[in-house]
Amino acid sequence: MHSHALSTSVAERKRIMNTSIFKWAALGATFLLALYLTVVLYAQDQFAFAVLFLVVIGSALYIFSSNKAYAHRYIYPSIAGMVVFVIFPLIYTIGIGFTNYSASNLLSFERVQEHLLSQQYQTGDERYNFKVYPQGDQYVLQLESPSGELVETPSFSVTADEEIDLTLQPAESAPDVAPLGLKDIVKLKNDLRQLELVTADGKSLRLAGLRNFAAMSAAFTLEADGSLYDQRNKVAYYPNDEIGFYQNADGATLSPGWTVTIGWDNYLRVITDESIREPFLQIFVWTIAFALLTVVFTLALGLLLANILQWDQIGGKGFYRMMLILPYAVPAFISILVFKGLFNQNFGEINLVLEGLFGIRPDWFSDAGLARSMIVIVNTWLGYPYMMLLCMGLLQAIPRDLYEASAMDGATPLDNLFKITLPQIIRPLVPLLIASFAFNFNNFVLIALLTGGAPDIIGATTPAGTTDLLVSYTYRIAFQDSGQNFGLAAAIATVIFLLVGSLSLLNLKLSKVKV
Amino acid sequence: MAMVQPKSVKYRVWATHLGLLCFIMIIVFPLLMVVSISFRTGNFATGSLLPENPSLEHWSLALGIPYTQADGTVLQPPFPVLLWLWNSIKIATISSGLILLLSTTSAYAFARMRFKFKGVILKSMLIFQMFPPVLSLVALYALFDEIGNHVSWLGIDTHGAVILASLGGMALHIWTIKGYFESIDRSLEEAAIVDGATTWQAFRYILLPLSVPILAVVFILAFIMNIMEYPIASILLLNVDNLTLAVGAQQYLYEQNYLWGDFAAAAVLSGLPITLIFLYCQKWIVGGLTAGGVKG
Repeated sequence: MHSHALSTSVAERKRIMNTSIFKWAALGATFLLALYLTVVLYAQDQFAFAVLFLVVIGSALYIFSSNKAYAHRYIYPSIAGMVVFVIFPLIYTIGIGFTNYSASNLLSFERVQEHLLSQQYQTGDERYNFKVYPQGDQYVLQLESPSGELVETPSFSVTADEEIDLTLQPAESAPDVAPLGLKDIVKLKNDLRQLELVTADGKSLRLAGLRNFAAMSAAFTLEADGSLYDQRNKVAYYPNDEIGFYQNADGATLSPGWTVTIGWDNYLRVITDESIREPFLQIFVWTIAFALLTVVFTLALGLLLANILQWDQIGGKGFYRMMLILPYAVPAFISILVFKGLFNQNFGEINLVLEGLFGIRPDWFSDAGLARSMIVIVNTWLGYPYMMLLCMGLLQAIPRDLYEASAMDGATPLDNLFKITLPQIIRPLVPLLIASFAFNFNNFVLIALLTGGAPDIIGATTPAGTTDLLVSYTYRIAFQDSGQNFGLAAAIATVIFLLVGSLSLLNLKLSKVKV
Repeated sequence: MAMVQPKSVKYRVWATHLGLLCFIMIIVFPLLMVVSISFRTGNFATGSLLPENPSLEHWSLALGIPYTQADGTVLQPPFPVLLWLWNSIKIATISSGLILLLSTTSAYAFARMRFKFKGVILKSMLIFQMFPPVLSLVALYALFDEIGNHVSWLGIDTHGAVILASLGGMALHIWTIKGYFESIDRSLEEAAIVDGATTWQAFRYILLPLSVPILAVVFILAFIMNIMEYPIASILLLNVDNLTLAVGAQQYLYEQNYLWGDFAAAAVLSGLPITLIFLYCQKWIVGGLTAGGVKG
């Protein structure tokens, strides 16, 4: 008997009927609200989010209203969590990989146009120095024209976020309150920008700096053909959707640009641009080497210790076991930082010991080879207890009489290891080793906290370090570089997704997961 | 003793003990060193494992109490460590609670019900769990920026955002609980259903009480994983007072502002409870961890 059939049992049906009116009202209300929000998101140009929202809410409505999907109600929240916070970001990232999304191309086309059209430039040489006098909630602006005349505005308030036109009139004397200091003017800056002051001879003045107003006008005008005409040097800039910039006939562009789809360009850059390809390949090789070395060292150490702890003659196993898994019990973000301090060249305790013993003071953080050795050492320290625990579990499953038989035949411990132990544990161990490889391949926290990728690779145009793994490399391209090249980072992330995806598929095959 | 023993076994046992002890000394050295450093005076002091002039300066600062030095100058705590610890515990507790709640119901459906795409969903959950969230941080940031426009307490720089983001990682826990449910005989529940209980009641009043041990393990596992979470919190949390311990702790060791001694005290203070929880629960945790391959 299965619960699928049970979901329509009598009691269930009764409960559903009792609550159905309330349920349908709630569902209807949710549906309308969801529809409204989806339209809002869509109107805000957030197409991806609108789709995500529609999928999540739509499937929720179906699952919680249809009796056929009764079982899915139980799994819906966790699946939705995974879709929203793992799968959606993954697809979104792959999407970004095909765009030029970066610090210089951050906005949408409409926002870029709006930004450029709001830019002002000073049309004359005349500057009017100003002082701001508070008058209760309101302010009065007094200006001194270049010829020395004093003019002032009527009092105005700055609460509204809209343009204010004020006509200037001759002023007799300064008001008897102290003018605002520069600090307060900085606070008022955005409000003062909204002012348009008209002089007696019809000139229109706008804020030109923190101390003066001047005749200003819009730097660009929008032409009928969609181009922006630069009033300063009389050049037309046409929107170029290939590169996401306004561009003139000479190829010069206006900043900022907008985000456009650029196809495979990011991937091509990784392949063709030598200043990216060289560090990328170097980091790729190091990432694989690091993950492999970690797996080999932690496995060797873990297997050895597990074997020792399996030995009947050894007493105090509880104590040893406790001490040996200590590195695993301490939170990694603390122990990694502890090592960062201990390896410090000048006052790190490790160098003090080394100097006392051998008279050397290795520079762990600036020499590429040493930095890499340090990372492998630290990661072996962090990772061997896990392997030890795994091996202890697996070793217990090996029949003891195999070893007795081999002892009778005069086998050495090495014979035992390679002819009995390894063949017996290798099958269940391989999927776990692959998982460990994949985990270390993406061991971001270790690199971020220990070296931050340092020392840097010379000649790279993106931030790239000799100890960077691919993950920390993409993180730095996206968040640390002044360029903040999200597009390029996402392209490299996509490559890693493919690698990790194939690793986990392989793993699924090997471990023969039963569902 | 069933094993056939060579004669030299006594010496080999002693040599093994010696080797193990030496190895443990090396392994534990960094941890002992940190404890020792946390009692040294100043941030650049060097010395032996037992500090010559023990001082409580760093511990006082780690606990948030300004410390008056011998010459009368007062040192202010550089960072709110206890607040970070509290943030971490708060986030981890709420996340683990939610994760436990949601993954238990999912695991129940996967273990006991038959529905379309069950196998596909379970397998793809395992695969997607392998993708490191570091790689989609840009997308996650954009996502929470957008959520924050509509629900402010789930936006950037809120603990709600970190808690919500942690709900993406339930696959492992679902697998663990599902395995346990499958090991429980289903005849009890079936009997209850025959007697007129609903599926939900059978789950709530029969299966759940039988599963308390595994639920405790999953809660602790999720708790520890949430405490350790670094990449997502480092992007979503900005304000110093909002940080979790994992994100805040590194601020002690910036090159320009190297607070080695203060860090040591803060590290022991905050690391010790987590370490003790782990050691106390290790018997149960190890089974759960080794089944999934989360760490290391």
